[in-house]
Amino acid sequence: MSLVFAGVCSHAPGITGRKNRADPVVRDAFYASYDRMRTAIEAQRPDALVVIGAEHFANFFMNNMPAICVGMGEHYEGPIEDEEWLAIKRTRVPGAPELSRRLITDIMEDIDLAYAQEWKFDHGIMVPLSFLTPRYDLPIVPVNINCQGPPLIPLKRCYEFGRALRRACDRVPERIAVIGTGGISHWPCTPDSGKINEPWDREFLRRFLNNDRDALLAYRDDETWREAGQGGLEIRTFIALAGTVEGSTGELWFYAPIPIFAVGCTIAVMKVGERAA
Amino acid sequence: MSLYAVQKLIYHLNRDPVVRKHYEENFEGLLGEYELTEEERRAFRESDIGLLYVMGVNGQLLMHYAALRGFEWSAYIEAMREGERKYGPVRVGLYNRAADRR
Repeated sequence: MSLVFAGVCSHAPGITGRKNRADPVVRDAFYASYDRMRTAIEAQRPDALVVIGAEHFANFFMNNMPAICVGMGEHYEGPIEDEEWLAIKRTRVPGAPELSRRLITDIMEDIDLAYAQEWKFDHGIMVPLSFLTPRYDLPIVPVNINCQGPPLIPLKRCYEFGRALRRACDRVPERIAVIGTGGISHWPCTPDSGKINEPWDREFLRRFLNNDRDALLAYRDDETWREAGQGGLEIRTFIALAGTVEGSTGELWFYAPIPIFAVGCTIAVMKVGERAA
Repeated sequence: MSLYAVQKLIYHLNRDPVVRKHYEENFEGLLGEYELTEEERRAFRESDIGLLYVMGVNGQLLMHYAALRGFEWSAYIEAMREGERKYGPVRVGLYNRAADRR
């Protein structure tokens, strides 16, 4: 069939793990936007959900770090973190290995990938899934872009990966939803945790929602690190998502800095646009 | 290579129940399996989260190790701040302000 849904959301562990320490009014509005996104995904009756995430040393380490890795497992498990710390119960999540294999094979026409038949989900995937597929019954195709251990893949390659993923999705019969999940500006798990550069986030979101490729690819990692923190390097997931819907714009459903969640909490949905050629 | 070994030990602890069991039963033996300096072994033995942070350990690894050692969130953040006060700025890695990030 084709891509049927595209959006982005935050995934910080505080969103679930420190939920009782946030302002309940802002938190509940944020949670309501996740629910709205879940409803929108369900309305498209997807056969699988591709999650473009940025994991945090749950599976990949500097002994053999893939720039991009796509899951091809029968199933996955998560969260790898302590269940009480994250406030998400450990569970098994179904994969879609045959679909993964076809997508990977197609994407490899343009982009070198690693693949993994074994993958433990950390908060980077489990927090979004806990809101978007709370019964954990939708098959998942996880994608990881290394945003933690430099050298990191250039932004332009992330966008190109998104374009290749879109073409691959449009060539399979399944209905596929895709989300990108990462932080915008944030300094997670450092002494600056809770710091958020809202003007920087707003400008990034403006470029993202307009799907302004050149403006998105104009960010430099040294500037991003300085102004948006090391967590800002996760814009790679948003930029890859933008590549899946090249030429289409989007709508911001929620943005608010929630310092105890250590990130500007974001939910946005992009128009899916025409099928890739 | 030393930061690599420190981070690899924490990576294994975070994800591998067998390593965690080894950690509970024979901590010194586990430390001996990694190529660590005396300062690094001391940081592990004394749960000196601040020193591990200043050594350059990525927070995505360190916050879980801190939780394993009984630090709740605010105590973890304060331990890193104390580390900077005591040992100076982060020496290497993602948080080193002097690193070339182009």
